[in-house]
Amino acid sequence: MIPTAFDYVAPTSLEDALSALAEAGDDAKVLGGGQSLLPVLRLRLNAPEKIVDLSRIDSLRGISDDGDTIVIGAMTTHDEVARSELVREHAAVLAEAASTVADPQIRHRGTLGGALVHADPAGDLGAPVLALDAELVVVGAGGERRIPAGEFFQDLFETAVGEGELLTAIRIPKHTGWGGAYEKFVRVSHQWSIVAVAAVTRDGEAKVALTNMGSTPLRASAVESAIADGASVKDAAAKAAEGTNPPSDLNGDSDYRAHLATVLTRRALARAMGG
Amino acid sequence: MPRISVKVDGVTYSDDVEPRTLLVHYLRETLGKVGTVIGCDTSNCGACTVHLDGRSVKSCNVLAVQADGREVTTIEGLATNGRLHPMQQAFHDCHALQCGFCTPGMIMQAVDLVTENPNASEAEIREGMEGNLCRCTGYHNIVKAVQQGASATASAAGGEQS
Repeated sequence: MIPTAFDYVAPTSLEDALSALAEAGDDAKVLGGGQSLLPVLRLRLNAPEKIVDLSRIDSLRGISDDGDTIVIGAMTTHDEVARSELVREHAAVLAEAASTVADPQIRHRGTLGGALVHADPAGDLGAPVLALDAELVVVGAGGERRIPAGEFFQDLFETAVGEGELLTAIRIPKHTGWGGAYEKFVRVSHQWSIVAVAAVTRDGEAKVALTNMGSTPLRASAVESAIADGASVKDAAAKAAEGTNPPSDLNGDSDYRAHLATVLTRRALARAMGG
Repeated sequence: MPRISVKVDGVTYSDDVEPRTLLVHYLRETLGKVGTVIGCDTSNCGACTVHLDGRSVKSCNVLAVQADGREVTTIEGLATNGRLHPMQQAFHDCHALQCGFCTPGMIMQAVDLVTENPNASEAEIREGMEGNLCRCTGYHNIVKAVQQGASATASAAGGEQS
């Protein structure tokens, strides 16, 4: 189908983008890479009056080294994240997760910032960003604020980005020398994760986050505490579903997802630890 | 309506387009480039794959206005001087199609894949083609064609250099 008619602007600066958004208010939608938004518009699940396309704002794209942190512009594509030497060295689990998003054509267009703000619970970028303790930089009329990943995801398709605000960058503390693994389970190639697990580890320490085990990405705190207390990978992974409320749908019911989370957590921890 | 200027298969076009026009509709209905086909409504099938600034994209998932100032290559732009591109020839030689509907997208994605990774293994080819669905062949001959197309492309490139 063809989307309903809308006005379109493609500002070339962040300031212009913020004023375009402020002007349009509720009726505007922000276009990142468009790989989730355009299907939604085509199916007429949403009919915004105005589209603000961020793809002509050069400052929102690219990956840079900022001391102890790497900074990824919100409009950087999944393909660029997956290939980046900086990301592979300092945040390997994010590069791996980005390389599993959908298919190559989608990864050439889809953006890290767009995927995070879309906040589909089955999306693959939330869990690694959460496991890596990233900060999300959001800019609005009132200036810039940095939101910890743990406070960014609020519910299904809902984030802490307020009206008139834009996610501009993702700041990731370097995890140089840490092991990382993203274990994802799908029944059909290039589909959304039924469940996936991001693990980042070093001696006696693990950070683990879950994809599609609730309405937002979740930290598997029980697994992390168990590893810190010296539990085996097998015993720690058995706690992966503790405190979660996974959805039931055509791909699997809640109990099945809870089981998958333990299996995938075991695999992710073992691989991240080099086993 | 915004006016866009896009280079498609080597020729620059300027047209007024409605912002909601998808790139694939612009290519087919405004430019008459019907070699690029529409196979689904969900961005799953990959039949509409073209290259945008040299990288493969699903043209049903890009607005025509987003292509303003950029360069598009479609299946119709691959052959040179009446000679099939090595990847097109490989799909022909290996009988990598039955109904042929997915073929334009398959070939465009295969060209992107082997440009990126000229020595792709069979597993890498299968994974690299995961965004393109074929409902006839079972994929085996498509994989063979991509392998043949990869070596033919590499030797063609080598020939040009020497």
